[in-house]
Amino acid sequence: MSILIDANSRVLVQGLTGKEATFHAQRMLEYGTRLVAGVTPGKGGQVHLGLPVFNTVEEAVRAEAPEVSIIFVPPLAGAEAIMEAAEAGIKLIVCITEGIPLLDMLRARSWTKKYGTNLIGPNTPGLISPGQSKVGIMPGHIHRTGSVGIISRSGTLTYEAVNQLTTMGLGQSTAVGIGGDPVVGLKFVELLEMFRTDEQTRAVVMIGEIGGQAEEDAADYLKASGYPKPVLAYVAGRTAPPGKRLGHAGAIIEGRQGSAGDKIDRLREAGVKIIDNPARIGLMTAELLSARP
Amino acid sequence: MLIHEFQAKNFLRELGWRIPASALAESAKEAKRLAIELGCPVMLKAQVLAGGRGQAGGVQKASTPEEAERLASRLLGSRLITAQTGAQGLPVNSLLVEKAIGLKKEYYCGLAVDRRNETLVAIVSRQGGLNIEELSGSRPELIKKIYFDPDGGLKQFQSRQLAYFLELPENLVKDFVARMKRLSEFFLEKDLKLLEINPLAWSEDDQLLAVDARMDFDDCSLARHPELAALRDESQENELEKRARRFGLNYLKMNGSIGCLVNGAGLAMATMDIIQHFGGQPANFLDIGGGVTEEAVSQAFELLLSDSQVVSALINIFGGIVRCDLVARGVLAAASRISLNRPVVVRLEGTNVAEGRRILEESGLPFIFAADFEQAARLAVELSGQPR
Repeated sequence: MSILIDANSRVLVQGLTGKEATFHAQRMLEYGTRLVAGVTPGKGGQVHLGLPVFNTVEEAVRAEAPEVSIIFVPPLAGAEAIMEAAEAGIKLIVCITEGIPLLDMLRARSWTKKYGTNLIGPNTPGLISPGQSKVGIMPGHIHRTGSVGIISRSGTLTYEAVNQLTTMGLGQSTAVGIGGDPVVGLKFVELLEMFRTDEQTRAVVMIGEIGGQAEEDAADYLKASGYPKPVLAYVAGRTAPPGKRLGHAGAIIEGRQGSAGDKIDRLREAGVKIIDNPARIGLMTAELLSARP
Repeated sequence: MLIHEFQAKNFLRELGWRIPASALAESAKEAKRLAIELGCPVMLKAQVLAGGRGQAGGVQKASTPEEAERLASRLLGSRLITAQTGAQGLPVNSLLVEKAIGLKKEYYCGLAVDRRNETLVAIVSRQGGLNIEELSGSRPELIKKIYFDPDGGLKQFQSRQLAYFLELPENLVKDFVARMKRLSEFFLEKDLKLLEINPLAWSEDDQLLAVDARMDFDDCSLARHPELAALRDESQENELEKRARRFGLNYLKMNGSIGCLVNGAGLAMATMDIIQHFGGQPANFLDIGGGVTEEAVSQAFELLLSDSQVVSALINIFGGIVRCDLVARGVLAAASRISLNRPVVVRLEGTNVAEGRRILEESGLPFIFAADFEQAARLAVELSGQPR
């Protein structure tokens, strides 16, 4: 098993006819993802990449019964796209869009909470269960099916980590990018809990970064739950100056909160194996797993 | 996007808040004239986009117009270094000359996004003028927080709770409640991330006064607020950072000697970290982003090398959406304009890596290729003259 998506997941693409969405939808189809429909207002009735296009998510859900939606729409339309998918009954929303205004995201989050919808992102590369389904924009070929779960706030740094694992002969159960914005949907805690009960997953690699409290919350959860699987973590941004945003809107040390040092201390206290050198994520995971039966 | 105190006060005035009489001066002569007009004593407040101005000498009191002129001539044209500016400081191009007013009591009042609780929060403190974060650690009993949602704004009863917590005199409570409602609506309408009135004061003539103000708008929302984008003061930004923004690059100047060019914010942070791990110091954070063009890569590379502190450079690309060949072409375009007089370590991985490497190799330029992330970092550190 994997978490959140598998070979049977039926996937809708919101904004399918756009340039970026078209490019990535093709890559997803090549990977074997079960794309079933697209939504672009005003283009209902067309067929794009062999997929039926609908004007609204509601229509797409009625006709094709997708349970997952991946969103590629402009930033100022992002929050509405999330709300529309939540209201239409989509169970998992993956929002790739970067640059959604913060207050819009607060409004969108209150909708996903109201409908009990799982949201990944925004500003995420998406997620992949290697060999089964890819709902995202990551390069599929660097992944292998296996037993390491990955939860990351980053994009290319996740590819780097995955590549290191694959090179060491370690495959992945599911790799999830949770997104680099200040307000995102599922975070470390919820995903660690999913990996906890996932039989395929033997270890979890967390890739955190400066800003926010998600890593600290994960440390509290791991400590309180007596987590049964080994967890490793790399936290990016040790060199970051306070008050400066490092690329991601969420990656900023505010006051004394959110520094890499604090996060690392808290995770270490919770029994997490800390990775200091980001070039050794694969090696350290391999060492940890080989030391265990 | 931060705006200046005087700009924030203009908004507050429109929203019905009382502000001490003040005007902007860009020369010492103007400061003197304003000091005469307003009547001394006056405060001279350096308009820079950073906190900690007071402790850094950026806020000074003048008892006479002559003193105002003298202090202003010293402040204007200087660079103010506060705890938040970094060693370079920020240029003081204007001063807010403000009538100094006797205060009975000072408070803190702020509106902010609480990212952890995914909601909005109004925060007040019985002590003002201080750093609210430090205060919330040391004297939490002085602080009250009230949460509100992004669709309605603060309710009147919530503002009343804040007012009575502050123990405002009864004749100021009604004013405060009415103003807080409009302030929270303004916060939502203009997409703010943070709004602080610090201190908010009870003056000796029994008025509620906004003595200092700070507003931080959400950059992601500026596309729907063109009137706000016009408030940006580019003189407060680092030259290199400004140039980077024009090309859609995320660049941040640091103080080390190894220039970095990376795709993706997380990998860029990790690249800075690994440089430090091996004993080097990064000269910058630079994320070229996902939708980057050849032209932007070329600008990025030129920008990186235009920093005279850079001794060696490290290009670290994990191609996903960004293709290695596009990065290679961009780097070569820059190299044709400027001389490559410093060692450049290149690590390419992912989409079109072979093509990217071929392009750089065939250029005949002295790029140093690394097989992986760690080797790249070690080489760049060695070449920066700071081996471990």
